[in-house]
Amino acid sequence: MSIRVRYERELKGVFDNLVLMCRHNEVAIEKCVKSLIERDFELAKEVYAEDKLIDKIEREIEQSCLRILLMEHPVAGDFLEVAAALKMITDLERIGDQARDIAEITLQFGDDTYLKKDDTYIKKLVHIPQMAVIVIQMVKDGVQAYINRDLTLARSLGKTDDKVDELFNTVMNELTALIRKNPENAEQAILFMMITKYLERIGDHAVNIGEWVEYAITGHHPKD
Amino acid sequence: MAESYNISVRDCDLYYGDFHALKNVNIEIEEHEVTAFIGPSGCGKSTFIRIFNRMNDLVEGCRITGTIKIGLEDIYAKTTDIPLLRKNVGMVFQKPNPFPMSIYDNIAFAPRTFGIKKKGDLDGIIEHSLKQAGLWEEAKDRLKKSAMGLSGGQQQRLCIARALAADPQILLMDEPTSALDPISTGKIEELMSELKSDYTIVIVTHNMQQATRISDKTAFFLLGEIIEYDSTEVIFSKPKDKRTENYITGRFG
Repeated sequence: MSIRVRYERELKGVFDNLVLMCRHNEVAIEKCVKSLIERDFELAKEVYAEDKLIDKIEREIEQSCLRILLMEHPVAGDFLEVAAALKMITDLERIGDQARDIAEITLQFGDDTYLKKDDTYIKKLVHIPQMAVIVIQMVKDGVQAYINRDLTLARSLGKTDDKVDELFNTVMNELTALIRKNPENAEQAILFMMITKYLERIGDHAVNIGEWVEYAITGHHPKD
Repeated sequence: MAESYNISVRDCDLYYGDFHALKNVNIEIEEHEVTAFIGPSGCGKSTFIRIFNRMNDLVEGCRITGTIKIGLEDIYAKTTDIPLLRKNVGMVFQKPNPFPMSIYDNIAFAPRTFGIKKKGDLDGIIEHSLKQAGLWEEAKDRLKKSAMGLSGGQQQRLCIARALAADPQILLMDEPTSALDPISTGKIEELMSELKSDYTIVIVTHNMQQATRISDKTAFFLLGEIIEYDSTEVIFSKPKDKRTENYITGRFG
């Protein structure tokens, strides 16, 4: 039975907030991609609200971790856990930013200059939604691995990210070909490239999270 | 004494009568390092450091087996010169214990015992020791005054100066700052970091932050055994034994 009740309670607060932050990130990515596919500009605007909330939770977790470091002087496994949480939230916050950036581009598609005369996209959106599904799962896995201290899951994120990179390359090649075929496709193609890059970056942030989970469990960051 | 002042303990057991206080302790303590002993009260830390200058000899019913070497010399050999051993292995206790005499005479005590009588020589030793202990500026104008008039922190630094005046190679410190305020504690910690280039320092501490701040290696004692001994960074970031982790994170019991 632990004799550090207050410490355990504070740490549980951090865990709960991390799960919440993760959940809002999932929703933000889902909404930004759905709004893109369905050209639902109202939905895209909701992503801004999600991002604001994510920033707010980040600050809360940051304050809790700093308070724990200051007041409780954690060492050993406790220290690793708090240090990892402090690092992970930076990646989670960036993921929220990237979902908002995608929503911003969706809103740009509402501008006449970007759409074709028949009001359609230059391509069918196949790989982008696939990327979104994978990166959402990666973010969930990263946070789950932290909460459950699951080293195998944390280490699997690098491999999953290879799939994201593969899809990224596929989309890039496709967009390059579309520009070659008709230079008028360039405006839209550039926006799709940015969206694809943001999704690819989300995958990288999930990998970073996995690395901090590894640090929390083993005491060693895999990049050291 | 030998040239090297590392401490090597092999298969050490210690009994107080029937009580088995230390159980098969093995450790290599390096010179020019600060080694911290941590562990709950009654785990054998203080008993263990008292082995190094044979202070346990004075305890009735105390029996020690195993080999304890300083450098190459077995300090429990029949030929050991115990007063010389205690000169070479200085000790500072939890509570400052200045002798009820002047600051000067406190520090001159050991050199005089070892035959230094000339005032000029003694003056030099006293100034040097007080400077090493960071007490010279505060004490230089009151050397002939009673040591009992110093503050607690000053008294503890005086005790360190007194230990250093004997020209030891090893300095044992048994919770040297537990009765001191943070400023005096800070001064003594700073002092330990400076002194380690010339001495082998072993400190018993209940203050985990102190162990992380000042020691190079840490040994965790529990019920008379060394559970884990490693670099302080490893002990406080990724200890190998669950019992160590439970103790340092405050989850004992």
